[in-house]
Amino acid sequence: MAATVEAPTTPSVAPLPQVVAHRIDPAPTGWTSWVTTTDHKRIGIMYLVLTFGFFILGGIEALLIRLQLAVPNNDLLTPQTYNALFTMHGTTMIFLFVVPVMAGFGNYFVPLMIGARDMAFPKLNALSFWLLAAGGIVFYVSLFFSPPECGWTCYAPLNETAYLPSGGVDAWIFLIHLTGLSSLVGAINFYVTIANMRAPGMGWGRLPLFVWTILTYAVLLILALPVIAGAVTLLLTDRHFGTHFFDATNGGSPLLWQHLFWFFGHPEVYIMVLPGFGIISEVLPVFARKPIFGYKAIAAATVVIAFLGLLVWAHHMFTTPSPSLVLIFFMMSSFLIAVPTGVKIFNWIATLWRGTIEYTTSLLFAVGFIGTFLIGGITGIFVAVFPVDWQLHDTYFIVAHFHYVLMGGAVFAIFSGLYYWFPKMSGRMLGEGLGKTSFWLMLIGFHTTFLVQHSAGMEGMPRRIYEYSDIKDLAVLNMISTIGAFILGLGILVSAINVLISLKKGPIAGPDPWKANTLEWFTTSPPPINNFDSVPRIRSVEPMKDIRRQVLAQTGGTEASPAPTSVEAGRLSAHGGGEH
Amino acid sequence: MASRMSRRLLLTLLVVVAGALLLAPIASADLFSPESGGSKNADDIDWLYKATFAIALIVFIGVEGVLIYSVVKFKARKGAVAAQIRGNTRLEIGWTVGAAVVLVVLATLTFVKLDSIRNPPDSSPDGLQLADTSRRLPPNGKALNICVNGQQYIWRYTYAADCKGGKNLGAPFSYEEMVVPVNTTVTLDIEAQDVAHSWWIPKLGGKFDAIPGYTNHTWFKVPGKFATKPGGTVFFGQCAELCGRNHANMTARVRAVSVTEYQAWLERRKADIKAAEQAAAQQRKQLEGSTANSNPAGPAAPGQNPARPTDASSTQNP
Ligand code: HEM
Ligand SMILES: [Cu+2]
Repeated sequence: MAATVEAPTTPSVAPLPQVVAHRIDPAPTGWTSWVTTTDHKRIGIMYLVLTFGFFILGGIEALLIRLQLAVPNNDLLTPQTYNALFTMHGTTMIFLFVVPVMAGFGNYFVPLMIGARDMAFPKLNALSFWLLAAGGIVFYVSLFFSPPECGWTCYAPLNETAYLPSGGVDAWIFLIHLTGLSSLVGAINFYVTIANMRAPGMGWGRLPLFVWTILTYAVLLILALPVIAGAVTLLLTDRHFGTHFFDATNGGSPLLWQHLFWFFGHPEVYIMVLPGFGIISEVLPVFARKPIFGYKAIAAATVVIAFLGLLVWAHHMFTTPSPSLVLIFFMMSSFLIAVPTGVKIFNWIATLWRGTIEYTTSLLFAVGFIGTFLIGGITGIFVAVFPVDWQLHDTYFIVAHFHYVLMGGAVFAIFSGLYYWFPKMSGRMLGEGLGKTSFWLMLIGFHTTFLVQHSAGMEGMPRRIYEYSDIKDLAVLNMISTIGAFILGLGILVSAINVLISLKKGPIAGPDPWKANTLEWFTTSPPPINNFDSVPRIRSVEPMKDIRRQVLAQTGGTEASPAPTSVEAGRLSAHGGGEH
Repeated sequence: MASRMSRRLLLTLLVVVAGALLLAPIASADLFSPESGGSKNADDIDWLYKATFAIALIVFIGVEGVLIYSVVKFKARKGAVAAQIRGNTRLEIGWTVGAAVVLVVLATLTFVKLDSIRNPPDSSPDGLQLADTSRRLPPNGKALNICVNGQQYIWRYTYAADCKGGKNLGAPFSYEEMVVPVNTTVTLDIEAQDVAHSWWIPKLGGKFDAIPGYTNHTWFKVPGKFATKPGGTVFFGQCAELCGRNHANMTARVRAVSVTEYQAWLERRKADIKAAEQAAAQQRKQLEGSTANSNPAGPAAPGQNPARPTDASSTQNP
């Protein structure tokens, strides 16, 4: 392709890597170079841009929902439009934003963090991206005829043609298949890349925690996706080819759908949130200037959560006709999963403890994440107690609970990652003033929107209703919630503006603006096509610390200059790559 | 500049939010726990919720407190050096066990309350006098059973001991409003006609899904104090499982009345249904031959005209 660079992968053997350029092409530019690219960094950026686009769409849908619910008995939207809106909102946020945005970060940073020059299968990687784009398109064109109206869970038998004959549900099925295939191909790619392409010396015990979570994310996707793919295929044949898998009047079972859906759906929750955990585990030690507390415990907790995540699916089905024994089993397994989750939170806080914490926007989002996600975790315990869930299930309490987990958890982590990694991807810093404004608006907006929803649910307000009567405190609670949603939306907008401004005007970042710990900071920002000319030998979980220490030693202990040395920049010079 | 602006913005927002949060609870007392009061199972769920809440509050304040403390206390200052700690096995085992213990306590509380939430008690002596229907529950086998049937977008109640296979044909029924006697254990067999629905009257306990092809069960028993005034007390609820466009309008009411009032209502209901059936039969006779589309027996739901004038008009315009 461009420069053919051959550098020994183990520079410890040959201290001075040789750059042998047979031919050097200028880096490709123009839009065709994006469409045809197989470079993991460009694919990563396309992922991030596309998924943030969907995040904005999903956010607009959310604001329309909140406008409709602002006052009792509102008739701004028809019931049909309302049902279509929450279905599109939920589906967009899950299948077109949170899951693939993690693949975006993973694509860009997994190879960089493990010292690889690309993903294992670059062409499959491009395929993953284009399948995702296709899934988004087939789903959103249903706007021009009739979008699905059955919620992101699309329960049987409402999903059958007898009740929803329009093509919206079929568009939704198509979306599940395409995005599922995209994630599956991507997951295999991640798995192979992480298993085979780590830098010399990077054993499993030195794998960055973000990479651990992407590995777990990949395994969970591989286990869970075939189940939903099977389920929607059965639904497709029910709808168009005369089968009756989910049709009780012909011997089928609507509960089968729920089991299949949640056998996928619950691991999906961890698929969405585990990479977020990984981002937090990277960001906290950098800005607390302290090693992560309990690396092994955090990595182990990730794997345990993933395993237990496969055993809790029926806690979404506590109100279905089920024997007590089943209810008890799923209550206990859900309790069990709270333990490793709690362990992670304790470890993060212990990482901050006795650190020297720099209040960057990225760190603020990470701390906001811990504080907010904690509430989502605690309300998760409430709904795991199944008699209590009998009151809370399918109400606004649940809507609040999963937004604390997904918005307060995953989205805050994503923003933390965005502020942390934007300099690496663009070469420029994001504005801290706008960043902090955005953070506080989002934090306050978020809690204003969702805290009161717990109460609305307990006062009897079910989810997925387009209108409610003016009883109890529903009017005031919903008004507060709607105001909060607009504050939250404003906060997101501020970050979007920040990104647009900084792309052109942000201060130049340099290779390692945060003095971070992992290998992606060992190269220029943005990295060259081949990422690294030489890959150092890894001796700990914090290779960059080792490298900086060594540079200090080599330069005779003179104080570290704020400008990164050529070694830190990864562009080789006489220092020989910083190994030894 | 930007940071001062954001601080001012933050302050005003904080005031707005705090004000809103303070104002809201004044309106009602049950903002912080599920509804209860209409039946013992709802009360027990409420108790379990509050117990969980108490434990959760301690965990919440503890963890959130340490988090905020460490972020504030360990803010980077000149000359401060971060402690290079990589872990502490004892501490880590400690909090893992700690978390597990909290959950064991919660599970224990749940098991203690489970029986009284899940299983109905006997009716009180001053409740409706019932024949032994040999139901598995309550313990003496006597309960007033009502078949609850969810359909887009209305609830139908049939007052019959057996809900299966049309065995309740001819039994008294009502739509949307269920009338029950106080002090009497009412068991519900919950089914669905078309799509999935969910039965939920918050003050009378948790919700139970109505799923086509399945029968779900729950119960409630309204204390006598709710029937002291004539007309009794109405408990409101609504369908809690998305069932289509008008899911929001699928409301349900349970009116708890005294035993005598209940008996009078049931007799009146039987008579009404009989009268309506006769009227319908007569009408059917008139229409005989002109249309194959016969009326379903009995009066239709409130809001629907039992005579279905559409049938008649369609015969006039062939
Ligand atoms: C701008 C911030 C957001 C607001 C104001 C918001 C608001 C809402 C509301 C009010 C509902 C309930 C609709 C109903 O039940 O009638 C809802 C549903 C949902 N939201 Fe959000 N949301 C936001 C962001 C997110 C994010 C970031 C995610 C996921 C990562 C998400 C995932 C979902 C899901 C899965 C549902 C369920 C949809 C369904 O019932 O099928 N939301 N949202
Ligand atoms: Cu319904």
